[in-house]
Order: sequence, then C-alpha cells, then structure tokens
Amino acid sequence: MLDKKMSCKQLEGICAALDKNEQYQKFKVYRDKVLALGNDSLEKTIAIAVSLCLVCAVLVSFAAVALKPLQIDNKAADMKKNILDVAGLLEEGADINSAFAEKIEAKIVDLETGDYVENINADEFDQRKAAKDPAQSVAIPKDKDIAHIRVKAKYAKVFLVKEGGTIKSIILPMHGYGLWSTLYGFLSVDADGQTVQSINFYDQAETPGLGGEVVNPNWRALWKGKKVYAETDQPSLEKGLITEADIGEPALSLIKGVVDNTKPGSQYQVDGLAGATLTSTGVTNLVRYWMSNEGFAPYLKKVRTVKGVKS
Amino acid sequence: MSAVLNDETKKVLVTPLVNDNPITLQVLGICSALAVTSQMSTSLIMALALTLVTAFSSAAISAIRNHIPSSIRIIVQMTIIASLVIVVDQILKAFAYEISKQLSVFVGLIITNCIVMGRAEGYAMKNPPLESFIDGIGNGLGYSLILIIVAFFRETLGSGKLLGIEVFKLTKDGGWYDPNGLMLLPPSAFFIIGLIIWGVRQWKPNQVEKVEFKIMSIAHGEGGHH
Repeated sequence: MLDKKMSCKQLEGICAALDKNEQYQKFKVYRDKVLALGNDSLEKTIAIAVSLCLVCAVLVSFAAVALKPLQIDNKAADMKKNILDVAGLLEEGADINSAFAEKIEAKIVDLETGDYVENINADEFDQRKAAKDPAQSVAIPKDKDIAHIRVKAKYAKVFLVKEGGTIKSIILPMHGYGLWSTLYGFLSVDADGQTVQSINFYDQAETPGLGGEVVNPNWRALWKGKKVYAETDQPSLEKGLITEADIGEPALSLIKGVVDNTKPGSQYQVDGLAGATLTSTGVTNLVRYWMSNEGFAPYLKKVRTVKGVKS
Repeated sequence: MSAVLNDETKKVLVTPLVNDNPITLQVLGICSALAVTSQMSTSLIMALALTLVTAFSSAAISAIRNHIPSSIRIIVQMTIIASLVIVVDQILKAFAYEISKQLSVFVGLIITNCIVMGRAEGYAMKNPPLESFIDGIGNGLGYSLILIIVAFFRETLGSGKLLGIEVFKLTKDGGWYDPNGLMLLPPSAFFIIGLIIWGVRQWKPNQVEKVEFKIMSIAHGEGGHH
C-alpha cells in the first residue's frame, strides 16, 4: 500500500479530487479497517477475493477489448492470405487486402441445392460459426460422415477467381478430422470443377514434421493437375469436353508411397505423407466428403453447365 | 546496474540457471518443455512468455503477500497467474499472430506450468516484490535455457533446420540428411532432458538426490519358481 501513496503524490490533482469525494473517504476507512483485520478472518477473506477478482477482471477485459480490433484484422488478413495462396495469386510484398478485393469474389452457396444464396452478405458470413449454430447447420448422417465432422453449415462460402468476367478458378472450403485435430483448408479447382489447382490447410494441429507436412509447399505442389472425380471413357472426353455424364464419384485419394505417373488412375492419386497414415486418410476423406453430394458436387454440377465453362 | 544487482539479487538471478534449474533439478514444467520444443521459434516465444508471466506474477503476489488469507492462498495465486497469461495470450494474438497460431493452447497452459506456481508459493509468498520479480526472471531464464537446448537438438536433427533456416540438406530435397522423425515427437524431449539432467549431475554431483530407499536385489535362482 506504500507504493500507492507514493504514486498518489504524483497525481495530486486526482488525489485532491478523491479526497473530497465522500464515497472514497468511506471506502478508505473501510479499506484500512479490512487491511488491519487478521488474514484469516472471514470478512477479510471475502474482501480480498472480491477485490482481487475485480482488479483481474478489469485487467483481462481491458486487454481483450483494447486488442480486439488488431486481432480481428490479423485473422481476416491471414484468411485472405490463405485464399490468395491457394489461388496462386500470393505475391511477396503485395498488399493483401487490395489484391484480395481486386481478384477474388466471395459467394455463398446452398450446399443442398448448389445455388448461390444472394440474400446473405458474403463478407460477414462465417461458415465455421454457422456450423455451430443449430439454426444454420444440419447433422450429417453417421454413414455419410467420412470426414468425422458431425455437423455442417447449410451454406458454404466459396471464392471465385475471375478474369475478364469468366471464372478462372473456384476455391472451396473444406475441413475434416485428421489424427489429432480438425484440418481446415481450401481446395482450388479449375472452372471445370474437376482439375485441382492447389490445396492449402490453414488451421491444423497434426504432428509437426509428419502429419503437419500437409503445409509443405513441395507436397502441396503434387496436387496440381490431379482430377477430383472419376471420369468415364465417354467419347466427349477425348475431345477435351466434360459433360455431366462423364463425371462420377470423387476418386481423389492419398496413397502410400510415391505415385507412379505412368500408371492409369494416377491422375486421381497424390503421394501420402510419410509417417502419417492417419492424417493422409483424414485428408483423403475430407476431400472426398466435401466433393461428394454432401458437399460441393451439386454446386459444381451447376457451375460447370450453367456457366458453360467446360474445358 | 550494480546498485540494483547486489550480491543477493545476483544470486537469485543466477542460481536457477544451473545450480537450481527448475527443469533439471526441480523437474518442473516438463509438460510444456515436451510440447513446444520441436521448433526453435516457438520455444523462444514460449520461454519469453513464461519468463514474463513468472516475473510479473511473482512480483504481484509478493506485493500483496501480507494480506493473502491462507485459506484462499492458492486460488489467489492462480487468479493472478491466469489473468497475466490471458493478457500475454491476447498480446501474442494481436502482435505475433503466426507464432500464436503455432503455440495454440500452450500459451494458455502456462497457467498450469508448475514453475510459475512453484515460484509464487515457494519464493514470492516470503520475499519482497523486487526480489520476487528477479527470482521470476531467473527461473524463467533457467527454463528458457533448457528449452533452447532441447529445441536446438530437436529442430536440427528432426527437420534439418534451425529457426526455419536449413542447416542440413534433407534427402527429400536432394540432400544427404535423413531426418530423425522421433525428434519431432514429444517423447524425444524426454530423452534429451534426461541426458541433460544426467550431464548436469555428473558435472555437479551435489545435485544427485540422496537414496530414499534401496531396491532389493533378488539373488539369482530365487525368482521364477512360481
């Protein structure tokens, strides 16, 4: 308490005002009375507990409130950075916010119908929050829940990279369980809704160096050009056209070891992560889940045909 | 500096580094030493966060030590420590977002780190604020020292890097070094800390604990007859 008196001298103005305040005088009398009490008296125990809680609560809430804007900016910038990264548009030193605003358009998609939802502000929609809100989410039947996420939001936020009015790539959010953690990431596909451009996990807590290698740029580069859905041997494919009839179930998977690119079917395979079988299985499952009819298949079907972006 | 650092405070600051190291002698704070040491950068931030929390919580607890009712002693200490940890966590999230993402829950777990509690209960409750503050810094540095040593071995041997910069070229990138996957897993820190404790006790035999009981050796031929 000595320190308090010393600092009081420096803040004479405040102290003078406080000295005149009747409430403060009463408080001072009470404070001195309590401090003089034995440490183990009931009154002092309660007084110390209450005042400590008050001081700590003020300290914690001040830090939380004062730093909140910075934290929100950090989070938003980090998310934009990840989206630009998966779109292949991340440039060293460029301003993330302006690059994002310029090149990327956020859209809300109804997962069941595959239509765009126009009456929700895409900038404010938070899919992770929506998944936790019973009004905005649906439970996933056990037999279909291969990504082990139990519930999903009814709407999903996708990002479109456009160039001169035509869609260049579609960035789809996805998440699912690995070994220790839920992996959150993006998959970007060409406008055909079939050819992978890139993958990026922005939130995961897999074993560093093993499952955590999902963030390794060398491994992520292996995804480029892989096909998501099994293609049938329709003649249209030979002409380089994809029609709905050619698109089958999601077939993309991680395999043990290294993919032999000369073998048929290698377009659906990516090298598994060495020493991380369960994380690899988790990644396969979450990609397949989000690309299935439970996820973005209905949407991709519509984008593919309606927008006429067959490759 | 010399005015502040008299012999007593110097002792308080320096003894926790080797002679009374919280990890190697007191064997406290092992949990986070296992969890965050797979990379040097996370270890450094964790060490800094823990040092600050220990120092400031010890100082705060010491400042009110004469008025803490003994019946709620521990919870008062916990409240102060927890508040400081939350503040540190919020600051990291605001100013070092990437690192705070990597440390995730472990910053929050400083609350349960036995070193912080140990210094509060063992030192700050009996000594004035300034000494307690310096004791907190000293113990934080002792913890930091071990964390840095462990992280040095784990990151170089486990991923061929140090602070994210390549030291050994890995075979998967066309180099010669085949990384040791065990080093990336928490148990490897057990081995390294064990070796450090062994080394320190070889160097300073007075740290070896007295034998509290003797393991009876069973003579050959007596076992295995059941």
